[in-house]
Amino acid sequence: MIITYEDIIIKTLTRVLAPFLQLYALYVIAHGHYSPGGGFQGGVILAASFILMVISFGLDTARRRLSEKADIIFLCLGLLIYSGTGALCLALGGNFLDYSQLVKVFPVTVAKARALGILFVETGVGFGVMAVMTSLVYDISTGGLPPERE
Amino acid sequence: MILPLDLILLLFVVITGIAALQIKDLLGATIILGSFSFFMCLIYTEMGAVDVAFTEACVGAGVGTVLFIAAVHKTKRRSKD
Repeated sequence: MIITYEDIIIKTLTRVLAPFLQLYALYVIAHGHYSPGGGFQGGVILAASFILMVISFGLDTARRRLSEKADIIFLCLGLLIYSGTGALCLALGGNFLDYSQLVKVFPVTVAKARALGILFVETGVGFGVMAVMTSLVYDISTGGLPPERE
Repeated sequence: MILPLDLILLLFVVITGIAALQIKDLLGATIILGSFSFFMCLIYTEMGAVDVAFTEACVGAGVGTVLFIAAVHKTKRRSKD
């Protein structure tokens, strides 16, 4: 559906804006436990950089940067990080996502272990949300068909 | 929390909400829905819920508008009713 449209202002702006957008998204994810923001918002901003690429450079260019296969890998990686952190706490003898049990694995204090655990979970959520939002835009702009049958 | 500012923002939210329902051009309705999300985001910020406002600005005014525009592009631009 999205055709390539030659406009130098939009293309240059996207080229300049996309790396800063991704850097800001990583900042939001990494500071999610101190300040407003977190995995969900950071993941959406990270996906917004790819969506910006889709609407300014066309679907094919964005697919070359982040293919649908890589998208699924990111989605599964995010889910694995999230549930792996929870299951690790479960295996160490606590409840699901009971970060204080992480002191048995990492040589830190209990308070530090809680901050570390929530950082892991935020990272997983960020990857997952980024992959889902990007694949939503891919799917809605191709009509849900695979690339060879559009 | 400033009451007059709250009331002004609430008025904008009501106006944009009714306009998004009434307008026949679906692309225009999408853009007005984006501005609705933006005013909701301003209300959340003004009431101190910065985290919710952040989510609303990202999802409601950002990604949601793009998804609606893509859906309008796939279907018809004019609404029947």
